[in-house]
This record gives sequence, structure tokens and C-alpha cells, in this order.
Amino acid sequence: MTGPEPAASPAASGPGAADPAGEAGPLLTATGLSVGFRVGSPAMARRRNEEWILRAVDGVDMTIERGEALALVGESGSGKSTLARALTGLVPLNAGEIRLSGRVLSGRRSRADQRRIQMVFQDPYSSLNPRLTVSSILHELLRVHDIVPRAEVESYSRELLGLVGLTDDALHAYPRQFSGGQRQRVAIARALALRPDLLVADEPVSALDVSVQATILNLLQELRGSLGLTLLLISHNLAVVRHLCDRVAVMYLGRIIEVATTEQLFTAPAHPYTRGLLAAIPRMTASTADEAPAVVGDPPSPLRIPAGCRFRTRCPIAQDICSREDPMLTAAPGQPGHTAACHFAFGEAPPAAAAASSAGLKEEPSPSQS
Amino acid sequence: MTGRGPGGPVITGPVPGGPVLEVRDLHVQIASRRGLVKAVDGVSLEVPRGEAVGLVGESGSGKSMTLRAILGVLPPEAKVTSGQVLLDGTDLVPLPVSALNRIRGPKLAMIFQEPMSALNPVMRVGLQIAEGPQVHMGYSRSKAAERAVDLMRRVGIPDPERRFRAYPHEFSGGMRQRVMIAIALSCEPEVILCDEPTTALDVTIQDQILRLLARLCRESGVSLLFVTHDLPVVAQLCQSVAVMYGGEIVERGAVEDVFVEPRHPYTLGLLRSAPDVAEIRSSLVPIPGSPPSLISPPPGCRFHPRCGFAEPDCQQQRPPLRLLPGGRATACLHYERCQESLEAEGAAR
Repeated sequence: MTGPEPAASPAASGPGAADPAGEAGPLLTATGLSVGFRVGSPAMARRRNEEWILRAVDGVDMTIERGEALALVGESGSGKSTLARALTGLVPLNAGEIRLSGRVLSGRRSRADQRRIQMVFQDPYSSLNPRLTVSSILHELLRVHDIVPRAEVESYSRELLGLVGLTDDALHAYPRQFSGGQRQRVAIARALALRPDLLVADEPVSALDVSVQATILNLLQELRGSLGLTLLLISHNLAVVRHLCDRVAVMYLGRIIEVATTEQLFTAPAHPYTRGLLAAIPRMTASTADEAPAVVGDPPSPLRIPAGCRFRTRCPIAQDICSREDPMLTAAPGQPGHTAACHFAFGEAPPAAAAASSAGLKEEPSPSQS
Repeated sequence: MTGRGPGGPVITGPVPGGPVLEVRDLHVQIASRRGLVKAVDGVSLEVPRGEAVGLVGESGSGKSMTLRAILGVLPPEAKVTSGQVLLDGTDLVPLPVSALNRIRGPKLAMIFQEPMSALNPVMRVGLQIAEGPQVHMGYSRSKAAERAVDLMRRVGIPDPERRFRAYPHEFSGGMRQRVMIAIALSCEPEVILCDEPTTALDVTIQDQILRLLARLCRESGVSLLFVTHDLPVVAQLCQSVAVMYGGEIVERGAVEDVFVEPRHPYTLGLLRSAPDVAEIRSSLVPIPGSPPSLISPPPGCRFHPRCGFAEPDCQQQRPPLRLLPGGRATACLHYERCQESLEAEGAAR
């Protein structure tokens, strides 16, 4: 392999330790990423007045800093999982490039590059091979990637399990012998075994019961502290995001529409979709059942992405300009870290905002009316 | 069992002002290869007229089985071994299927978690909504169709005249759930049983559906029994809540009491383990251990092996659901500990 890949130095770093290469600049930069899937045939698509290519990720730029926890949030169909898979190299890119520590990752990743971004999947029941014991899962991985000398594979495996809070007994057990939370720990150990630079966790707690979710969230928190792990967390649960992450990127129909620190996003969301998303979350305090819904209507089909701003069909403040011009991600004045893709994100609200908002509600009958 | 539940005389006929649905000391057992699973073990609850009652618990706590037992749609290997389900004073448990069929729809309806598998995929949605009024209310075909369009409008399906002829696959998840709600409402039932109806939906769509259910509850006086694992959803929609653990109800009361000042360590544990969007906590406190076996549950209080407040007596006797001041109830022998713990936490802040 080429590049300054630090060969496994068993003495130097424990499991999951970050790349000691220590370059300045972000860990990962993605520019103009697009991922599309063909759906049906061109003729069929024309007849239905739809597009042939489903643009799951449609021109995404993002950066992930070393050691941070970045959240990617959005509803189903927003493209957040596809983006995560594209970063991990599990789906091919249609356009764009991904740089890891400044070096472009090629379309066919070398084994060394594959190692550097690892993923934890949502469902720990289907992501572990049911016919392999934990030790065979780990041993296979460690052999293929040659992480530690053969003699140390066993002790390294134990160390990994200790890291995720499992005892040595777990080594010789099959996945079916574990509970959901324990399986997710095994999945995390498997991802950390390769000492990745970036851990991508796709809805890691969504399949777990509430009381078990907390153990996995606490584990991820601990690992961030002890290993300096860089984490990309994909989640639809904003409470989880607020608890665990430093920055948040919000996706809607294949685009990132707002990026901000967690604090900024939850206290001063700039994009109308983000505001709606936050308002839609059920809270433990005071019922708000009398108000109108936070966001009206259904998201459009990704095969019929609206022209102009993608959110305008559901937006309470949509104006004429929104159907003509596709807003780019622009930074808030004085806050380069807070960007949003809305014509009215940081400026003054549009003059007819109030009128437009009630008109917008009338177009799509909302449950609170009639 | 241990003589839990009121077990008073059977009331016949509706009681004015009383609960529309009452479950008394319900037991459901499931035959499995490893033994009898006591999935529901002595559950008693009441659904007052026009109110929404939440039934919360984790997977395996018996909440869905309770709901299915009420409607009489248990899986074949499960059966109600004792207890009563009183709807307007009539016990549904001993009724034959033919009698139940006259109650399901006009009196008792259900909304399922996954509308795609609950709807008929090869039948136009309008006809599925119109079916109930035709069968149960003697509506003519055209009158039932009119009613279906009307219901579709009421539940917020845009362009109902045209969508009447659509099939379920042409609808989004949220719209399918609206169709399910329209079907449930079609015969003006007194109670709608909801089994995690918003769990499969996105948060903005969940918000729309919850508001719709709240409005229907308010306008038409229908009562809801709402099963979910999501506590904030209950806080938004329901007036009262019952918390299930290991096949039993461990705490019940008004939502603002139970969620603000829980009187059972399990409820307290649930509240402390879930992150909340409204406040940032330095760390979450998981509930240690795992849920109890329902084949051979732990002796005494089922929660004691995972409970931080457990005392020796918790292992000896199975605590009954005791009434506390304010119309709430707990099945914890040492519920004052929750109070003390909350006060200590409040003082630390």
C-alpha cells in the first residue's frame, strides 16, 4: 500500500486509538457527494412524470473534525444512511470526492483505507454472523487486516471486549446467546478492533429498549473520552443527538440543509425545517396538543424533488423566490460554523411571512383544521 | 393468585360516569416449549370515558398482550386464564366469536403499529373504510361511501374523493395510518385500542398523528388505550398512564404525577435512562440487569433484582398495587425511597 499508513505497532497504541499521524485540518472532507439508484426504467419514469435516478444523496459537502462527534439527523428517506454508507465505502459514489486526512479515497478502497472508517449498524441481530463465535469474528478480522501479531490476537481480543464492557466469557459465545445491548457491544468491539480513525454509527440504539439504550450511549460517550474517537452518529432521535454530539448536520431529501453546533441548533435553529423538526418532538412537559402540527404534509418523493428549495412544499414561510432558486448552504453572519440552506435563514423574515404561513397551511389540510 | 384486584361483584349494565372499559385481574398465559409464559399476570386498569390512557413498558412487559386480550385477538397459543374485560359493564372474555364480532367495530376498534400489514393490499382504501358502516350500521353502499369520504376528510387525507379509489401501497406511512384511524372511527366506537401507532413513523408525521388523535378524542368523546414504549408520546397525548413491568402494572396515575414524581423505582429508572431533548444531562443512568423471565419470575417484587432500593422484604412478598393519595397507585413496598431520591436530586441542583 502507499501512503503514510502506520503499520500496526502493537506496543504503541491500544485498540481503537486514533491515527497518530497528527496532521492539521479536518479528519474527513467530502465535496459534492452524490449517490443515485436506478429505479425502474426511463420509459416508466417518463410516464409517471418521475425521475429515473433516485438521488438519495444529492450534492453534499461536509467536514468531520478530529475527535468530534458529528450527528447526521433527518427523517427516513432523507439520505442520511446512504450518505453514511457512501463515506464508509459500502455504496459507490456517482460524483464527488472524499478526503481522509487530506488524501483522496479512491473508488475502490485499499484494505488499509477500508480499515480507517468502520461502521456499527442499527440491528445487532442481523449484523453479526450467527454461525461465528465472538472470538472467530474478531480473529478473522484481525488476521485479514494484520492488526496485531498472531501471538497477540487472543489477548487483544480480550482487551477489546473489556473496552466495551464484556467479560472474557463472551469470547466463546455465539451472537444468539447475547441480549440486544450485548450484541451491540460486540458490534462496537468489532468496529474498534481495526483502530479506525472514524466510527460511523447508524442508529446504534434504535433497536434497543430504553433502559438498554442508555448503556450503549454511555459506552459511546466513554469511548470518545478514552480513545479520542471521532464519531459520526446517524440518528432520527434528537434527544440522543443532543446528549452525545458536538455538532449536528440536518438532512432533507438528499441535501444537508443546516449545520451547527449542538447548542446553536437546539437553541437557535435557522432553517424552517429544523425548527419544525424540533417542535415535533414529543416532550415530557406540558401537552401542546391544541396547536397546529409543527410540519404539515408528507415529504415529497425523492423521485419528484421540487424545483428550487426542496422544503418549500411544506415550508410555512415559502415565497416566490423559493420555487425559483435553490438555496445554498450559507453561513450565519459572524458565525462561520453555523450554516443553513434557506433564503431567509439569517436575514430578516420575509415581509409577508405571517400571511404566507397561514396560506401555506391552507394548501395542505392539516389535522388541526376542518 | 394472591388475591389482587378489587374482585367485587360483577356489575351488569353501564354505570353512568364510570369507566367505559375496565380490565380486572387479567391473566394471559402462553404455552411454549420451555413452559408456561405468564405474559399478563394480574392486570387491572380503567379507561374513563373520553380520556386517553397510556400503557407503557419495554418489549416483553405484556402491554401488547393486554391489548390483544381485550380485543380477543390473542395468538392461538395464548389464552386468558382468568380475569374480566368489562366494556360498558359487559364481560367480553367469555363471549363467543359471533358476539365479539358485533362488538369489534361499533364499540371497540384497534389501530396497529404497521398499517401496511393491517390493511388489505388489494382493496381500495375507501371501500375498506366503508365496510364497517355497511356491515355494522346497515348503511347502503353509496351512503357508506359518502361516510368514508367524510371520514377521510376528518382524518386529514387530502383530496378524499380521488384518494377513495387508491390502494394502500399508493399512500405514505403517515397517510396509511390516517386510513387506519378512519377505519377505526367508521362505526363510532367507544374505545380505540392503539398498539404503538406512531412508532414506525417519522417524528414530524408522528406529531401530526398525535394531534389528530388528541383532537378526535376531544371532539367525538372516544376513549383511547394507547400502548407505547415512548414516554414523551404518552406525556403529549394521555391524561393518565399505567406502567407495566414483567406482566404486571407497577404504577399508575395521572401523567403529570407519574412522570414528574414517580412512586415506583422502575418508572424512575425509565425516566432517568432516556435522554430528553429539553435538558442536557451529564450522563444517563441505565437500569442494571435485564427484564425478568416470565416463565419463572423472581419471587416477591419482580423488579427487586434490578432495584437500587430493594430490601429483604421485597424478595418475600409480591407487593400489591396500593392506592396512594391523589388517585394514584404503586406496587412498591418502599415507594418513599423514590420521593427521597428525587428530593435529593432536586437539592443537588
